[in-house]
Amino acid sequence: MADQTLPIAGTIDVTPRRRSAAQMLEWLHGWVVTVDHKRLGILYMVYGIFFLLVAGVEALAIRIQLAWPNNHFLSPETYNEFFTMHGTTMVFLVGMTIVFGFGNYLVPLMVGARDMAFPRLNAFSFWLTALGGLLLYYSFIGGFGLYGMGAAPDVGWWAYAPLTARAFSPGHATDYWALSLIVMGFGTLGTAINIIATTLSMRCRGMSLLRMPLFVWLMLVVSGLTLVTITPLTAAQIMLTIDRYLGGHFFDTQAGGSAVVWMHFFWIFGHPEVYVLVMPAFGIASEIIPVFSRKAIFGYPAMVAASVGIAFVSLGVWAHHMFTVGMTSVGNTFFVLSTMLVGIPTGIKIFNWLATLWGGKIQFRVPMLFCLAFLIQFLCAGLTGIMLSVAPWNWQLHNSYFVIAHFHYVLVGAIVFNIFAGIYYWYPKVTGRMLDETLGKWHFWLFFIGFHVTFDTMHFVGFLGMPRSIYTYEPDRGWAHLNFVISMGGMVQGIAVLIFAWNLVHSYFKGKEAGNDPWDAWTLEWAVPSPPPVYNFAADPEVHSRRPLWDLKHPEDPDWKYEA
Amino acid sequence: MRFLIRERAVGVIRQRAAGVLCLLAACSMRAAWAEGPLGSPSIFAPSSTPARTILDLSWFVIAITGGIFVTVGGLLAWALIRYRARKDDELSEPPQIYGSTQVEMAWTVIPILIVVVLFLTTTRIIFAIQDAPEPPAALDVTVVGHQFWWEFRYPKLGIVTANELHVPVSTAQDPRPTFLRLMSADVDHSFWVPELAGKTDLIPNHPNEMWIDPHRTGLFLGQCAQFCGLEHAKMLLRVYVDTPEQFDAWVEQQKQAGVQDPAVAAGRHVFETEACTNCHTIAGTAARGTFGPDLTHLASRATIAAGAAMNTPQNLRAWIQDPNTFKPGALMPAMQLSDEQVDELVAYLDTLH
Repeated sequence: MADQTLPIAGTIDVTPRRRSAAQMLEWLHGWVVTVDHKRLGILYMVYGIFFLLVAGVEALAIRIQLAWPNNHFLSPETYNEFFTMHGTTMVFLVGMTIVFGFGNYLVPLMVGARDMAFPRLNAFSFWLTALGGLLLYYSFIGGFGLYGMGAAPDVGWWAYAPLTARAFSPGHATDYWALSLIVMGFGTLGTAINIIATTLSMRCRGMSLLRMPLFVWLMLVVSGLTLVTITPLTAAQIMLTIDRYLGGHFFDTQAGGSAVVWMHFFWIFGHPEVYVLVMPAFGIASEIIPVFSRKAIFGYPAMVAASVGIAFVSLGVWAHHMFTVGMTSVGNTFFVLSTMLVGIPTGIKIFNWLATLWGGKIQFRVPMLFCLAFLIQFLCAGLTGIMLSVAPWNWQLHNSYFVIAHFHYVLVGAIVFNIFAGIYYWYPKVTGRMLDETLGKWHFWLFFIGFHVTFDTMHFVGFLGMPRSIYTYEPDRGWAHLNFVISMGGMVQGIAVLIFAWNLVHSYFKGKEAGNDPWDAWTLEWAVPSPPPVYNFAADPEVHSRRPLWDLKHPEDPDWKYEA
Repeated sequence: MRFLIRERAVGVIRQRAAGVLCLLAACSMRAAWAEGPLGSPSIFAPSSTPARTILDLSWFVIAITGGIFVTVGGLLAWALIRYRARKDDELSEPPQIYGSTQVEMAWTVIPILIVVVLFLTTTRIIFAIQDAPEPPAALDVTVVGHQFWWEFRYPKLGIVTANELHVPVSTAQDPRPTFLRLMSADVDHSFWVPELAGKTDLIPNHPNEMWIDPHRTGLFLGQCAQFCGLEHAKMLLRVYVDTPEQFDAWVEQQKQAGVQDPAVAAGRHVFETEACTNCHTIAGTAARGTFGPDLTHLASRATIAAGAAMNTPQNLRAWIQDPNTFKPGALMPAMQLSDEQVDELVAYLDTLH
């Protein structure tokens, strides 16, 4: 963050070489009280990557336990806690924080603003989210559940009633789960409101809505969707807490409550939540694929329309998680149709990315590698999603390992791959240094191979009848070999993530200097220094097209001549 | 109840999907061969109309999605090879293309048509399976899910048993489907025997129904498919499909009260005077508990602890001493009996055919 130009020549720099303790404290204080969107973005990212490692360790423990039939690596109690915490952590503490971290850091820069619309609300939202995560993990020592001292939640991340009732989940583990989700929910709502306000009212001169970068568009759509979906989740947690402490009977089936109502509340949140996580990943891909194809995004208006379309349709598909709970045949039919309809705007997106590659000059740099893997994996995830939307087949596949494979294809194959792509792409902007390309390629190829060994194989154990959430399985079911293969793939992914973590640290100190615009890109964030100054833009920028830096670099052939 | 759709287009689709089939078959057969005699409860080995109808529909869906995958994946691979940046012309930018209404219309309309086809096919099968009427010859069974075992009640026959469901085989000449009414005593469970039908959840306060009509005799394995708590993994399920004669004989036997063999009266005394009767029933004795499985014909079952262990005297003994041996977290407490009492008790339970 050094000022390159001191205004007075010949001043003597008297800054001591080593930071004293007091300065360290001041530095820390600066991070705690910051309202700068870039610093908050970094905090979100660091927080998310930390929990990515934590939840990754939980996943590896789960995979060691399942590598052999009747293994005793984890007790049943611990296994149930680990898969619950793995899911909850990955969705709320990794996915949501990293997505909003990208949003926080990039949205103001991309729309040419100096900060978010409500900087202090922004800080408040982050610290709420952080508190929610601590609350969740505090349950390991403070849960006082059935099993002694600490007990993390062990009811699954979907936490179906009535297993969460006090009769079946005594102790406080479930309360920690519900409370942390309420707290994080409010943090998420704050950020969503902030992003909507920023995109609607803070754009620089010339940036009409249809000139916003696609990433910003997708963050806008996601934020709108968040407002709609977090609300039922929060309501359901409050109802659950009322059931547990005030004698309510919302989900208490012994007293006439309904277990199915919980499912509806949970999935009207839960399904759009998938889109809340995956659409920023679409946004990242829509920034990276054009730059490394050296072409403008194909069909920008269609991409925007498809995103808005997906958001609307995604609000009407939740009960495809409930084909086995005994809805009527007409009810099932409705959700088959709505679910299949999602495939249409999603297909449009895939075709548009493909057309962006078509006729380009594709550079296989690390961010692009992750995005290309995303393309093929997201295609597969969409197709297995179509399989699952076929209700009768869903009666077989639901809650089997096929479903686990499908949603990890979405959550890892699409979202995590694009998160990695985004980190490789924007790390130079954030730190001023490039991530190491060789380590990056090792990371990519190991993660890619590990991912496919693990999750491709999982589809097949699902076909062979293996249900999810089981801490062990019988040796005579024919699942043992495949499970061993799956676990091996998990280890490879673990190694890849360690390489990535090392790359983040190593390149921070030793990486190549990045300069303002290392990728020869076109959006506004690349017009400012790396890392950007606190105020982002010294003078308010003005844009005339979707790719302001293209216009600067190619004055003879600017975009604004062609954009519809 | 036969579904026309199956007889029609499926033959062609099967051939087209033959590659995938081979892969899957190799996969499941290899695994089954390597692991033991029972093999996997694979959804690709249906033995009942719902499972078979679902499989035929799946082949249709696999063919369509497989076609999409090959097409789009092929285009992607081609684009990556054809349009990769080459060393010699790094400096110039390629022509900028912003979109094309015609092309975009085309790839919007084609997916819509595919969705229409898939949706109509799916709808037909949903109604065919879910709304199939119950024929008069059908057998009724009420399934009650418990943490972590299955209770089977045959209301018309007056039989109550646990964990091992017996049903008659259903052939074209003599169709005898079984209709299951699914309920739960505590939390959500799910009844899943992949070779017989898709799964349906057992939800308290929300009775569900499903049906099976197994076409061949034998043992079919399944297990609870909805996380139901600590021992969800060991809530296993066995369905025995009997010939009509075997089934009738089984029904006759199950209708009897518990065997009263004077040689094991000491064991019966232990059962009736210790806490066993709080949870278990043995017809013809004072034991009337309903929290745990009915033990009237325990010795006629192949397994104990919802399939977690084979029903041998040694296992039974270990189970009574401490259920955590097989199933840590099972709701049955360790009974704290003396060795002598356990010996007597196991000898008694072993006579309950």
